[in-house]
Amino acid sequence: MPAVSKGDGMRGLAVFISDIRNCKSKEAEIKRINKELANIRSKFKGDKALDGYSKKKYVCKLLFIFLLGHDIDFGHMEAVNLLSSNKYTEKQIGYLFISVLVNSNSELIRLINNAIKNDLSSRNPTFMCLALHCIANVGSREMAEAFAGEIPRILVAGDTMDSVKQSAALCLLRLYKTSPDLVLMGEWTSRVVHLLNDQHMGVVTAAISLITCLSQKNPDEFKTCVSLAVSRLSRIVSSASTDLQDYTYYFVPAPWLSCKLLRLLQCYPPPEDGAVKGRLVECLETILNKAQEPPKSKKVQHSNAKNAILFEAISLIIHYDSEPNLLVRACNQLGQFLQHRETNLRYLALESMCTLASSEFSHEAVKTHIETVINALKTERDVSVRQRAADLLYAMCDRSNAKQIVAEMLSYLETADYSIREEMVLKVAILAEKYAVDYSWYVDTILNLIRIAGDYVSEEVWYRVIQIVINRDDVQGYAAKTVFEALQAPACHENMVKVGGYILGEFGNLIAGDPRSSPLVQFNLLHSKFHLCSVPTRALLLSAYIKFINLFPETKSTIQEVLRSDSQIRNSDVELQQRAVEYLKLSSIASTDVLATVLEEMPPFPERESSILAKLKKKKGPGAVSVNELEEGKREGELNGGGERGGDNSGIAASNASTPSPSADLLGLRTVPPVTAAAPSAGSLLVDVFSEAGVNDDGFLRDLEPPTESSDSLLAEGPGDSDSAPPSAVSEDPAPPLPESNELLNKFVCKNNGVLFENQLLQIGIKSEYRQNLGRMYLFYGNKTSVQFVTFTTTVTCPGELQSQLNVQTKTVEPLIEGGAQVQQVINIECLTDFLEAPLLNIKFRYGGALQNLTLKLPVTINKFFQPTEMASHDFFQRWKQLSQPQQEAQKIFKANHAMDTEVLKAKLLGLGMALLENVDPNPENFVCAGVIQTKAQQVGSLLRLEPNAQAQMYRLTLRSSKDTVSQRLCELLAEQF
Amino acid sequence: MIGGLFIYNHKGEVLISRVYRDDIGRNAVDAFRVNVIHARQQVRSPVTNIARTSFFHVKRSNIWLAAVTKQNVNAAMVFEFLYKMCDVMTAYFGKISEENIKNNFVLIYELLDEILDFGYPQNSETGALKTFITQQGIKGQTKEEQSQITSQVTGQIGWRREGIKYRRNELFLDVLESVNLLMSPQGQVLSAHVSGRVVMKSYLSGMPECKFGMNDKIVIDKQGKGGTTDDAGKSSGKQSIAIDDCTFHQCVRLSKFDSERSISFIPPDGEYELMRYRTTKDIILPFRVIPLVREVGRTKLEVKVVIKSNFKPSLLAQKIEVRIPTPLNTSGVQVICMKGKAKYKASENAIVWKIKRMAGMKESQISAEIELLPTNDKKKWARPPISMNFEVPFAPSGLKVRYLKVFESKLNYSDHDVIKWVRYIGRSGIYETRC
Repeated sequence: MPAVSKGDGMRGLAVFISDIRNCKSKEAEIKRINKELANIRSKFKGDKALDGYSKKKYVCKLLFIFLLGHDIDFGHMEAVNLLSSNKYTEKQIGYLFISVLVNSNSELIRLINNAIKNDLSSRNPTFMCLALHCIANVGSREMAEAFAGEIPRILVAGDTMDSVKQSAALCLLRLYKTSPDLVLMGEWTSRVVHLLNDQHMGVVTAAISLITCLSQKNPDEFKTCVSLAVSRLSRIVSSASTDLQDYTYYFVPAPWLSCKLLRLLQCYPPPEDGAVKGRLVECLETILNKAQEPPKSKKVQHSNAKNAILFEAISLIIHYDSEPNLLVRACNQLGQFLQHRETNLRYLALESMCTLASSEFSHEAVKTHIETVINALKTERDVSVRQRAADLLYAMCDRSNAKQIVAEMLSYLETADYSIREEMVLKVAILAEKYAVDYSWYVDTILNLIRIAGDYVSEEVWYRVIQIVINRDDVQGYAAKTVFEALQAPACHENMVKVGGYILGEFGNLIAGDPRSSPLVQFNLLHSKFHLCSVPTRALLLSAYIKFINLFPETKSTIQEVLRSDSQIRNSDVELQQRAVEYLKLSSIASTDVLATVLEEMPPFPERESSILAKLKKKKGPGAVSVNELEEGKREGELNGGGERGGDNSGIAASNASTPSPSADLLGLRTVPPVTAAAPSAGSLLVDVFSEAGVNDDGFLRDLEPPTESSDSLLAEGPGDSDSAPPSAVSEDPAPPLPESNELLNKFVCKNNGVLFENQLLQIGIKSEYRQNLGRMYLFYGNKTSVQFVTFTTTVTCPGELQSQLNVQTKTVEPLIEGGAQVQQVINIECLTDFLEAPLLNIKFRYGGALQNLTLKLPVTINKFFQPTEMASHDFFQRWKQLSQPQQEAQKIFKANHAMDTEVLKAKLLGLGMALLENVDPNPENFVCAGVIQTKAQQVGSLLRLEPNAQAQMYRLTLRSSKDTVSQRLCELLAEQF
Repeated sequence: MIGGLFIYNHKGEVLISRVYRDDIGRNAVDAFRVNVIHARQQVRSPVTNIARTSFFHVKRSNIWLAAVTKQNVNAAMVFEFLYKMCDVMTAYFGKISEENIKNNFVLIYELLDEILDFGYPQNSETGALKTFITQQGIKGQTKEEQSQITSQVTGQIGWRREGIKYRRNELFLDVLESVNLLMSPQGQVLSAHVSGRVVMKSYLSGMPECKFGMNDKIVIDKQGKGGTTDDAGKSSGKQSIAIDDCTFHQCVRLSKFDSERSISFIPPDGEYELMRYRTTKDIILPFRVIPLVREVGRTKLEVKVVIKSNFKPSLLAQKIEVRIPTPLNTSGVQVICMKGKAKYKASENAIVWKIKRMAGMKESQISAEIELLPTNDKKKWARPPISMNFEVPFAPSGLKVRYLKVFESKLNYSDHDVIKWVRYIGRSGIYETRC
C-alpha cells in the first residue's frame, strides 16, 4: 500500500473499507457506496481545489469501489491530474487508476500519453518505471503507436538505469505481443541481443524473455544470440553459488535465468560452431553432474530450482537429439527420478521419458526402466501419473518387450481408472497388433481385452480383430476355438458376442470336427446370448445363423425354426424382422449352390493404416501423438511385421485384384464417397470399412448382411457376370449387352411404351414417339432402393455401321438418384437410312459403393419409322407385283409362339406401324399391311402378308419392300412376334 | 408436494432444514445458497430452477425461506404455504428474525411437522394449531380434551373449537387496502388497481354463524332489481363497487357465495383474514403528484413537485413520504419545501420528503436544485418515476361494509349484543408518477 510507504495513512479510505466489510447485506453495501460516491462527487465538484492528498484518497476510494464491481463514470480527470504530481505515491495511484479504469478510446488518452511522455523523458528512474508499467499494463494499440519507437531507445541507451532497462524490456515484450507490426526492432536488434552480456542479471533475465519471443518470429535475425546465450549459460553454470549474490536462490545460481537461456536455445538447432557446441555440451554435462551432487540444502526450494534447470536441460538435449551420450545420461537421471519421493518429479520424469523413448539413441536406455514404470502404473496414487506411466509404456514398447508390456497393461486395465480406460484399451489394441509375433497371441490379447474392459472397447477395436482374422487364414481356426471358449463364460460382454457371432459364422466349420463344438453346440451357445443383446448385435447374430445354414446344412431346420419364431419374424424392430424374413426365405428357396455363393466366406479386407491408431490420434489431439511417433510406429510395424506385414502394405494391389467384387460390396463399400468416373485408383475403391466415419453400427451390420444384397447384385449383373474381373477393370468398360436384351428388344417391336428393364435396384421405363424419320424417346430410370445411386451415367452408342445409319442424341442425366426417386432422360433419334442393329444403352452407377454396370439394347427398330399407307385391293396387288424380284421378297414359315387370336394379331400388326388393309386378300383369314419406312435418305415402301394356318399352328409371313435388307430385317423382327 | 423446506440467515447459513422427501438431497441446501443467496447477480425471480430442482423462496427482512421440490408442483400453492408459514411463525413468536428463529427452532420444527405432511400442506390455521402446539408447558390434558382436539382438527370445522366463552362478545373488522398507481407526467392514469384484504378479529362465544355484506355491485344490482324502483338508480351509482376477483378464508361457504353471492361463515377464534379482493374500476386516488423537472445545462437540474390531496377535507392522511430520485452524478442538492421535512439521501440516490399529516383537498409543494458532476458517460439520465407512500382512513376502492350479522342459536346472545368495530385503512402500494 502506498499509504504505508508514505506514512500518511489515508484514514478515510481505511474507514470506508472497514465500513464496507462490516455491511450485513448487499443492500447495505450499495447504500454505503452510494453515500460515498455522492460525497466524492460533491468534493470533486466543490469550488475550492483539492490538495494532492485528498485527490489521491478519493481516487483510491473510487478504485476500490470499481474493484467491488460498480461502475465508475467520473474521477478520470482527477486521476490524470495526479499524474503530473511530483510525489511518488500520488503519481502511482494516478497510474494505477488509469491502467485499471481508462479504456483506450477515452478522450483523455491524449492527456495521459502526454503525461507518460513527460515521465519517460524525465531523468527520474522511478517515474520512468511507473510510466513503463502503465504502458505495459494498458498495452493498447494506441499506446503501442505512441511509444513503440521510444522504448527500444530507452532499452539500449547507455545511461539508462538497470531497473528502467528491465521495465523497458518487459514493456516492449508486452507491446510486441499485442501489436507485433508496430514494434520494429530493425537497427536495435544487435544491441538488444547484446543485452545478454549486461552485467546486471535482472536486465539479462528481462531481455531474454523479449529475445525469446522475438526470435520465435524471426529466428535468423537473432541467430547471434545462441553463442551469447551459451557463454552466459556456461558462466552461470560454472560459477560458484556465492558469486551471483542476489541472484542465487537457495544455493542455485540464477535458476530463472538458466531456465530461460535453455529455453531460448531450444528455439534453435544445435550450434554449428564446434567451440560453442563444445561449451554447451560441457554446460549440459555440468548440469547433469550437479544433479548427482548431494543437495546443499534440505529446503524444497533448493531442489525445485535445481530440478527446474535439469528438466529444461533435458528437454534441450531431447530437442537436439544428437548427443547419444547426453541422452543416455539424461535417461539415467530421469530413471532416478522415477523412484523419487516427490510425485511431481515422478510425473515430470515419466513425461520427459516419453519423448526420450522416441529418440533412437535413448530408446534402449529407456527400456531398462520398464520394471519401474510398470510398478508406477500399478502403485502410483495419482491418476495423472499413472496415465503418464501408461503413455511411457506405450512409447517404449517394441518387439522385444511387447508381450510383457501388453500383459501388464491388460492386468492393470482391470483396476484402471475409468477416465483412462478407453485410451488404455486402444493402446493395448494397437500394441498387440503392431508387435504381434503370432496372430494367435493377438487374438488372445484382444479377446482378453474385450473380456476385461468390454465397455471401453470401441467398435474400431473389434472391427480390427475381425479384419485381421479374416485376412489371415492361419489364425482363423484358432480364433474360432478361442472365441468359442470365451463365449462359454456365463456372462460375456456384448462386444464379445459380436466378435463370436462373426467369427463362428465365418469359420465355425473349422472347429466343427470336435464333438464338444459341434455345429449345434455352437449355434446353441450363440443363441443363448441372443436375448441379452441389443438390436444391432441380434442382427449380426441372425447373419451368423444364416451363415451357419450354409456351413452346416444339418442345422438348417433348427435355425429355420428360430427364424420362424414370432419373436424374430414378427419382431417390432424392422431390421430384425426383415432379416428374419429374408433369411428364412433364402434358406428355404435357394439351392445349396446359390446359398454357397451368396454366403461365401468374406474376402480379405484391404490393408491400410490401422484405424485404431487414427482413433487414438483423434482422441489425444494432434499434439499428443506426434507425427514422429506415428511414423515411427509405421516403420516399426514394417520392421517387426516382417514379411507378412510388409507384404500387406505393398500388396494392396494384389489383394485387391483377388477380391471378388460382388462380395466386396458386402464389405460396406457402399459408404464409399462417389468415385469419379475418370480414373478411380485401386486405393480409393478399397475403403477400410472401419475408418469410415459414416459407418454406424447399423450400417456396418447391414453391410455384413450377405443374402439379400448380394443376390440383388448378382441378379442385376446377370449371369454374364463381368464382375469376376478385377474391380478396377470393371469400373470402366461398359458391360456387354445383357443376353436377354434381344428378347427385351423384341417386346418393343410392336409397342412404344412400357418397362424396358427391371431388376431389384433399377427400373427403366420407356415412352417413345415417332414422326416420319424422327423419333423421341423418354427413358425413366427409377431407383427402387432406399439408398441413393451415385455417379449415375448413361451412354448410348451405335455399334459398327449403325453410326452412319442412325443419329442418336442424348441429354445427360443427373449423376445422383436418391432412393425411391426417378429421373428422366430424353433421347432424340434420327433415322438416316435403314438399319439392322439396335443402339446400345450402357448404364453405370454406384449403389452403396458397388459399381453396377449394365448394357441394354434400345428398342429402336426399323419398323418404328413406318408411315402407314391405306390402299385399295387392286393398288395393293399392283404394287405387290411390282416388287416381285426375288431379293425384294423375304418369306418365313414359323410355328406360332402365342395363341392365334385374330384380334391380338390385328393389334400387333397395327402396333408395327403399317396400315392394316381390310378386304384386300381374298382369304379373310390372311392379313395384309402396307407402309412406307421414312428415312432421311430415302423412303422404302413395304408390303406385308401374313397367312396363319390354324390347324398346323403355323404362320407364313411374306414381306416385300423396295430394299432387300429392309425386307429381311422386318421379316426377322416380325417372326418373333407371333 | 414440497420436498423440503429451508430457512437461511442473510449470510446463507442454514437455520432450519426440514426434508420431507427422499428426492431432495443434502446438496440442495448448498445449491440454493450458492446460486441464489450468494449469486453474483441479484436473483429477482422467486422461483429458481437448479439442476432439475425448483426452489421457491420468500424473504422476510434478512431471512430467506425456501421450499424445494423436484416435482412439477403448483407454484401458487407453494407460495401460499410459505406466506401462511410466515403468518404462523409471526403469530407464535412475533417478528421473523434470525434471533427469534434460533430461539424458537424446536417450535418451528414442531410446527413444520404439523403443517406439512410428506410435503402436502395441512391445517395451518393459527387458532387450531395453538390448541395443541403450545409454547409453555401445560398440564396434561384429560382424555376428553385430547379426543376433543382430535375431533376438532379432523372434523368439518377444523378452524374453531367448541365451547368458547366470552363475557363480552366483540368483533373487529379491518378493511386494509393498498392502492397502486402509475401516472404519466401529464396526469394520465397508465395503470391503477387496489388490492384489499378484510381482516377480522373475533371474540365470540359458542359456534356463531356470521353473515357479511358489502357494497358489491352484483349484490346491490340484484337487490335493486328485486326492490323498489326508485332505489335502483341510486344504488347502481357510486355506492357499489365492481370486484374483479376475490378469495376467501376456508371458513366461508363457497357454495352459498356461488349461488347467492352471500358471504356466510363460522369464524375462527382470534385474528384471521376473511377475504382478499382486487378492484380496478372507479378507484379514488388519494393523492395527485405533479412533477416539473427542468435541466439547466449539463450541471444543473431544477425539480418542482406539487402534491394534492384528493379526499374529504375532514379526513387526515398520515405518514406521507414522497421520494424524488436524483441522477447518479448528483454532487449537491438544495431543497425548499412548504410543509414537512425534505432531505437528500445520497445512499438512496433520492430526495425524501416527509409530511406527518395532511388533510383532504389541500396541496403542498417542494422545489429542489440539483447540482451535477459532468461525466464522460454519454448516457442520459433515465428519469425514474417519483414514488409516494401514505396512509388514509378510507378505502380507495370505495368498498363499504354494509352489515356483519352474528347468529348464535344455542347461546342466548343475539346480533345486537355483539360489539362491532369497523375500520378502513388505505395504504399506498407502488404509487408512482413519471417525471
